Amino acid sequence: MDPLEIARWQFGITTVYHFMMVPLTLGLGAVVAGLYIAYIRTGKHEYKRLTKFWSKLYLINFIMGVVTGLVQEFQFGMAWSEYSRFVGDVFGAPLAMEGLLAFFIESTFLGLFIFGWDKLKPSLHAACLTLAVAASWLSAFFIIVANSWMQHPVGVEMIDGRPVMTDVVAVLTNSTAIAAYTHAIFGALQVAGGFMVGIAWYKLWRRRRDGIDTIGQDGKVIIGERAEGAQDKTDFKVWFTSLRLGAIVGLVAFVGTAFTGHHQAQLMIEQQPMKMAAAEAACHDGTAFSLLSVGSLGAQDCDQLTTVVEIPGLLSFLAYNNFDTDVAGINSLIPVYEETYGTHLPNNPELYGERAGQKIDYLPLMEVTYYGFRGMITLGGISALSFLYVLWVTRKKGEGTVPEAKWISYLAIAGILAPFGANATGWIFTEMGRQPFIVAPNLEGNPAVMMFTAAAVSPGVSGYEILFSLITLGLIYGALMVVEIYLLAKYVKAGVVAAMPELVEDEHESDDQNKGNDVLAFAY
Amino acid sequence: MFDLFADQPLLQTIWFLLLGVLWIGYLVLDGFDLGVGMLMSRFFAKNEKERRVLLNTIGPVWDGNEVWLITAGAATFAAFPLWYASLFSALYIPLTLALVALIFRAVSIEYRGKKNSPGWIAFWNTALSLSSFLIAFLVGALLALTATGLPLNENGDRVGGAFAWLTPAVFMGGLSIVGLSLTMGLAFVALKTDGQIRHRARQLLVKASPLFLLPITLWVLYMQVTSGVALTYLFTGLAVVAVAVAWLFAYRGSEGKAFTGLVFFTAFGALAIFLALYPNVLPSTLDEAYNLTITNASSSDYTLRIMNWVALFGLPILLVYQGWTYWVFRKRLTTSSIPEAHDVADLTTLPTKAEAHNA
Repeated sequence: MDPLEIARWQFGITTVYHFMMVPLTLGLGAVVAGLYIAYIRTGKHEYKRLTKFWSKLYLINFIMGVVTGLVQEFQFGMAWSEYSRFVGDVFGAPLAMEGLLAFFIESTFLGLFIFGWDKLKPSLHAACLTLAVAASWLSAFFIIVANSWMQHPVGVEMIDGRPVMTDVVAVLTNSTAIAAYTHAIFGALQVAGGFMVGIAWYKLWRRRRDGIDTIGQDGKVIIGERAEGAQDKTDFKVWFTSLRLGAIVGLVAFVGTAFTGHHQAQLMIEQQPMKMAAAEAACHDGTAFSLLSVGSLGAQDCDQLTTVVEIPGLLSFLAYNNFDTDVAGINSLIPVYEETYGTHLPNNPELYGERAGQKIDYLPLMEVTYYGFRGMITLGGISALSFLYVLWVTRKKGEGTVPEAKWISYLAIAGILAPFGANATGWIFTEMGRQPFIVAPNLEGNPAVMMFTAAAVSPGVSGYEILFSLITLGLIYGALMVVEIYLLAKYVKAGVVAAMPELVEDEHESDDQNKGNDVLAFAY
Repeated sequence: MFDLFADQPLLQTIWFLLLGVLWIGYLVLDGFDLGVGMLMSRFFAKNEKERRVLLNTIGPVWDGNEVWLITAGAATFAAFPLWYASLFSALYIPLTLALVALIFRAVSIEYRGKKNSPGWIAFWNTALSLSSFLIAFLVGALLALTATGLPLNENGDRVGGAFAWLTPAVFMGGLSIVGLSLTMGLAFVALKTDGQIRHRARQLLVKASPLFLLPITLWVLYMQVTSGVALTYLFTGLAVVAVAVAWLFAYRGSEGKAFTGLVFFTAFGALAIFLALYPNVLPSTLDEAYNLTITNASSSDYTLRIMNWVALFGLPILLVYQGWTYWVFRKRLTTSSIPEAHDVADLTTLPTKAEAHNA
């Protein structure tokens, strides 16, 4: 039972899962805060409905992000103790800053938001939500600072064999972190955009299917009403606004990911050239971007690959903003790595286990990096095209709604997954592309500041223990994913009224309200 | 009295104490959350309305309270990475279970009322009480094991297999924090509710707290016998005074003062335990030379100094805004403050109010 492989699978699975919830929290939170502020400023009732409905879905998802984040924090110590010992001086600090300066604010003010509807005046209440969302963005920043230090270690000196922090500003302003953070934030906003578009499309389609909204002879939509469940004319406005807002946010975010991603790729060529070469399955130095390479990527031998379609000059443009500077290929990079970081792992079984003394393969898994990179771009692009389509369909205010075709509404729901997939594949690409290092060396820094993944796992923990947690967490995560989606679907189907029971007549409630104003506006 | 601090490095001592502050914050604040979670079982709560009253006493605050644990963990990582690495890897299986419990606690609070069916509510309610119990037990076990030691080798790695941590200390610490949490939970419910629940909570607090607090008292005394010094004896004495005063206030019906007394008891008790451990943070039961101490487990002075500024800025502000939260939600809850439960699916069939479009 190899602890290293299981620990890596566990970290990978739990991270990808955690990062399903996180981008939705970051992106949708910002949109909801914006909607609430719009409500305060304009007093328009539909903004209140928008705030209440989307914040409900936001909260159902938020809690899953919290608990899965806890697993991430604990795992460093539990499964990666040797890593924690090595990097603790510089890696623990951003995590502690995240707790003290960001996460406390996020969860405390979110509690005030959830329960504070009737306790705080609206502007203060909206400020609580805004503060919570801002803190979640700050929290993401600290976590990405920690992650980026693993990609590009800065601000440290080696003392007694451990990297010791000497410049916290360098750590916090790591170029890798700034690039990755902006990229991740735009990625999160695109997730939120896709989420809103898919759900709003479905709700508008349901109104048509139920015969509430119809299309008149002039081709314009005739907005109808139903007496129950707050399915009134304002309801149409809610979904129409959500649809357009989601598409705009998502499209802007996509453009943002493209620019920040471009910047990030340029840094990567400088800082982790092997990752970029593996993403391109590029053996030799060159200038062309491969759209499709065939052969066996899994064989880890790029000379067996045939590039079927490539765009001349694009890789150079991505890397250096011109069309003719060669980008280093795998074959020219491996000797450089071998010369600087050795050809074999140190012969130290205590640290490296069965891998002690083995030859180091500096090439990350090419199948993963190659397809991960392309998967990210493709999924992000498909979702951006869908946003354009949405903006086209809804281009004339007061005239359009979604088509009656059922299959498009199913496609819209499925389309929610695309930005999630882009986020996941992007992270898988960048983390797997860092291998065989857990702390990738800074090519311009001290070559001793690096760590092989093979040395990072907890020496005292058996593979069986890690397998136990992997299976336990895996089963629970799987079950909770079903529960979360079930609840989200339940609330989406019910619509705004699910978040605003006060919109409908309820004979039970009127009794309570007559007794006095003691009843909580929101209660578990 | 303060000679235990002589010859010890200042920065590391500050961080040892700051971690103490974070842990005391956690034990007090999430302590009553966990206690309330356990009280939601059928042994205390009589019906669904009462369970919802209990849950809503902690509703706005429990998530912020849990962050004390997250921050205590992250601050240990930042300030004493070797302690964090050795302790967390040695306790692999108990911490896996703790994570499972933390997941279920949070999710069950959030999801239990999201569907109005008896089976759904009963499932999440059981999950909530069981996971609250388990979190308290395992956090207690972790704290007791770091105080009494683990079989660690020279590198700080656990030897003796996956269950080498399974010693009487696990039960001593586990039952201590379960008992403490139940006591805090009862005191909090007595303070935050009105009517029958308040009355019942106060009665049970008076009757059962001596029993609930017995394990933690034994733990404090055990630490004094094995490694107590003058200062920790003083804190032991103060803890005894605090708990006696708290009990008297509870008996006389001053819930706020009883709760405050318990907060002091927790703080003094924790200080009595962990200053007796100081300057060790995690002793090795194999060889004293392998003990992890504030010196050999710590981060560099530079990192600790940076973190000083972070704590100096973050902690006071934290106390202000978390304190403000309790002020905002200061009103006592009764069964009549709880709105009627409904399933969101049923709402869609109810008639829309006439004024709904500008509500």
